[in-house]
Amino acid sequence: MSTSTSRDSILGKVALNKPESTPLPDLSFFINGTAAVTEQFITILGNIGGKAHHREGTIDEVISTIKNDFPELKRIYSSDPDVRRALDLQFVTPASGHAFEDVDVAIIKAHFGVAENGAVWITDDLMGNRALPFICQHLVVIVDEKNLVPTMHEAYKKIGSSKYNYGAFIAGPSKTADIEQSLVLGAHGPKSMTVFIMA
Amino acid sequence: MKEIHAEHAELAGEFNKDEDRVDWHDETLWWIRAKRDKAVNQLPEWERLRDAASQIKDHVLGNLDTYLEQFEANALQNGVKVHWAANAEEHNKIVYQIMLDQGVLRMVKSKSMLTEECHLNEYLKEHGIEVIDSDLGERIVQLAEEAPSHIVLPCIHKKKEEIGELFHIHLGTEKGNSDPQFLTNTARIHLREIFLTRKVALTGVNFAVAETGEIVVCTNEGNADMGAHLANVHIASMGIEKIIPKKEHLGVFLRLLTRSATGQPITTYSSHFKTPQNGREMHIIIVDNGRTRQLGRPDFRNSLKCIRCGACMNTCPVYRRSGGHSYHNAIAGPIGSILAPNLDMKDYADLPFASTLCGSCSNVCPVKIDIHQQLYKWRQVIVKEGYATKTKKVSMQVMSNTLSSPTAYHLAGKMGRFVIKYAPFAVNNRLNPWYKQRDLPSAPEQSFGEWYKENRKKQ
Ligand code: SF4
Repeated sequence: MSTSTSRDSILGKVALNKPESTPLPDLSFFINGTAAVTEQFITILGNIGGKAHHREGTIDEVISTIKNDFPELKRIYSSDPDVRRALDLQFVTPASGHAFEDVDVAIIKAHFGVAENGAVWITDDLMGNRALPFICQHLVVIVDEKNLVPTMHEAYKKIGSSKYNYGAFIAGPSKTADIEQSLVLGAHGPKSMTVFIMA
Repeated sequence: MKEIHAEHAELAGEFNKDEDRVDWHDETLWWIRAKRDKAVNQLPEWERLRDAASQIKDHVLGNLDTYLEQFEANALQNGVKVHWAANAEEHNKIVYQIMLDQGVLRMVKSKSMLTEECHLNEYLKEHGIEVIDSDLGERIVQLAEEAPSHIVLPCIHKKKEEIGELFHIHLGTEKGNSDPQFLTNTARIHLREIFLTRKVALTGVNFAVAETGEIVVCTNEGNADMGAHLANVHIASMGIEKIIPKKEHLGVFLRLLTRSATGQPITTYSSHFKTPQNGREMHIIIVDNGRTRQLGRPDFRNSLKCIRCGACMNTCPVYRRSGGHSYHNAIAGPIGSILAPNLDMKDYADLPFASTLCGSCSNVCPVKIDIHQQLYKWRQVIVKEGYATKTKKVSMQVMSNTLSSPTAYHLAGKMGRFVIKYAPFAVNNRLNPWYKQRDLPSAPEQSFGEWYKENRKKQ
């Protein structure tokens, strides 16, 4: 059977077999903007194996903290113009993610963070390359404190109809507990995640 | 094509020969269930979230054709190639054709229960294509030449010493080292090389958003992203039921999914794939494989609401003490037992009987599927169609006799509790084959334990 025949036959069977339509629920109940978002974000991120720095300051100060936190690591990369200036990074972002295989620390700005689960929302324009936040050994994310939201409901409200080709919520370092449920950080992606919450 | 296999009770009997392993399996899954409870209790709005999720999914089922078309149109708009597969075979052929078009013989794959259901790995292997599963648990069972035994925790039945031995044989680690940290790091190095060299990556799909044509894939390891972003071609396989209407509905589902699964507030990565990367390809294969048939069964169509969190397995006293492989189906546990008879009623006639009908599955299900009631209904269908074995028929007879007595029904109150009280499968007697080698599984709820004590005395 060709795929277009299958398409029509699947859609036909669905139309024939589907139940009566029922209404969608109203989700406005779930919006409540009152939580102490910064504290909650920091606690939850800690619970899931990440680390938060809550501070005022400039990108240069952030970079010096990172260099302090990761003294032995060589290649720091970012596609963010401010961070690149501070790091004095010259070369242009290559097309393929393979080029980041040896990146020790990637620094990426996030659109916003979510207090209830410690996740940050990052889209491909902020990543530079989609592979970067996954292939690096350590991930550093910078987010403005005013851009922390309480729950995923506010998160999708904030995303709204903004344009992106690829986006991800990232919450903590890559992890697995597949071997006898022992938690190990650094499955395939970053072994650590540090979030700078800029006051 | 189908292998001849034993029934659930017999396979569970095999699993139960190793008492220590069974106890460990049971306790580990119960511990995960407890973590779920802890996470859930932190959200006062939990029940309303479940209601909302259930209503969204009901709405989707009632408008599925419209949403599928909307999804397709938007995905095409995004530059994605969309394929439709009526069954497993067509799905596998489409994947194979994409491999041929690329001229490559090796694929890296992240978790997709649909490809397990379609037996994609075996199919591709027969056609000379190598598939490497990149989820750590799936890689482990692949090395062991086994199927995953749990949809979220694929190698939950394996002890670390066995994994150490597998790694020693296949990945050359030192013999006797079974430290999880060490083994995970070994897999990290091994799979990194795979990610960097494979040109085609296949992933599953957790949610497909009709409004935007994007798909969302959730992992903790980051393996779906590593594969998809480094390959030239990303193939995503999804069942027709993965559709949700709008992006805002993800807010509901992402809050429920991982809390129900493992007690985490969210997976590490919730990746939204909308367009292919510059100069690369993205394919989405939309698969039926019996789902439209299930949609046409009013008693069972709710099973299509499942978001594959695994909570019903973790809580199930039968699953915990019989192991995922005893269900001889890609999806084990309570939900697997209501999905499987739709695929092949004869072959999976035993599965709806592999339950105490205690209702714990329905209580934890984040999309409020009436799982235990569907199990009960499948039993009736299976007996009526003549697929039940003799033992089960006797059991069914006892149950239906009791059910036809209105007095007994009213005394018993809730349907779920009623069934358990009178259903002979739930007790340790000779009509109940899966209790052969052991006492009743450790009871999850006080009431269940009390019930057992009482009934045990009566026996
Ligand atoms: S049936 Fe419900 S509890 Fe079971 S896996 Fe599906 S969504 Fe989770």
